[in-house]
Amino acid sequence: MAGLKELKTRIDSVKSTQKITSAMKMVAASRLRRAQEAAEAARPFAERMERMIAGMVEGLGSTEGAPPLLAGTGRDDVHLLVAMTSDRGLCGGFNASIVRSVRQQIAELDSAGKTVKVLCVGRKARDQLRRDHGDKIVDTFEDIGRTAVTLEDAREVTARIVELFDAGGFDVCTVTYNRFVSAMTQIVTPQQVIPVSIEEEAGGEEAASGVIPAATEFEPDDDVILKVLLPKNLEVQILHGLLESNASEHGARMSAMDNATRNAGEMIDALSLQFNRTRQAKITSELIEIISGAEAV
Amino acid sequence: MADSAADKVDFDLVTPLNLVASEEVDMVVVPGGAGDFGVLPGHAPLISTVRPGVVEVHQDGSVTSRIFVEGGFAEANAERCTVLADAAQLVDEIDAGAVSRRLDAAKEAAGSADDDGKAAAETELRIAEALVLAAGSGGDVH
Repeated sequence: MAGLKELKTRIDSVKSTQKITSAMKMVAASRLRRAQEAAEAARPFAERMERMIAGMVEGLGSTEGAPPLLAGTGRDDVHLLVAMTSDRGLCGGFNASIVRSVRQQIAELDSAGKTVKVLCVGRKARDQLRRDHGDKIVDTFEDIGRTAVTLEDAREVTARIVELFDAGGFDVCTVTYNRFVSAMTQIVTPQQVIPVSIEEEAGGEEAASGVIPAATEFEPDDDVILKVLLPKNLEVQILHGLLESNASEHGARMSAMDNATRNAGEMIDALSLQFNRTRQAKITSELIEIISGAEAV
Repeated sequence: MADSAADKVDFDLVTPLNLVASEEVDMVVVPGGAGDFGVLPGHAPLISTVRPGVVEVHQDGSVTSRIFVEGGFAEANAERCTVLADAAQLVDEIDAGAVSRRLDAAKEAAGSADDDGKAAAETELRIAEALVLAAGSGGDVH
């Protein structure tokens, strides 16, 4: 049985751990609220832009002759996977689930004979993928959304992707991020951004009234608009992903730290019980010694 | 009215970071890339670029709000007008001091930019100039 002194030390150490985890939980909770508001505020723009592009694609009829950002390069050989993770850990399965999904995608593409490149957003993706896929990582972005995700962050990432694309670095780009549902639930979402994938929903009933008729006029003309609209759309998609990922990170950290705080509490209870029992046992055995000593005299 | 379906335009102004305005209005005037255009109910379908300038919202025959946008896109059809702006702020809330600082910085950047940064610097300069213009005419909403 552990001595009293050791038990005391352990209880103290668990207590200070609990202080840290509960502080982290509170910080995450306050950041979560802000991040969640930002993510929700950004949704209308992404939705309307998607509707506009879906309408234009429909209006064009075919994607032939359209800019490569929309139509793709016509090949499917090189895939760029963008993994959105955080810089810091202690947020439960947040980073691990992204990395797992990316690993799976790599394995599938590999076995289909495709070339894979990986762009990491956040240190954690790089750290975890470096060991077995180090040769595939083309770049890593750090310190994204340290205080809050800004448009500049999204521009930076987008600029790098477009630069790679223009240089013929890849044919298909898929972004993998955690979609925020609640503090308890984040859904890993792989989303293809190049070539633009028009989601089924966009063509569904809801958007039926939003479909742009063939008679739509374009000012100055549709080519010019597409040329500006597509990079902007990519930027918005990336921003959307970053914001969702940021909200998810804080949500995941909050629930992970909540669990950790509760576990620490349980551990403190168990250790305190053991501490008290040990003390009692010690007192009892001392008493017995004294009594038997007195009897012997 | 040109169209009997509605006598109001469903006007939305969104930026990547938030929804600035979403209301039913009589008319909006948008600073299009090829010139300002007004959107009334029953407008012919149109997609246009937007240059830095002021979006005017008309309600009951007068301008009810003026919003500065830093460029983007606008989509109009018979029922609605959606402006996707890069950034937006109410003209009344433009800070003249901040604007003139921004203009100075933009001028400096445009003067010293290399080939890569030239386009960005010129865009920034155009935005700053439009802001100055908007700030100058800011207060006089009737």
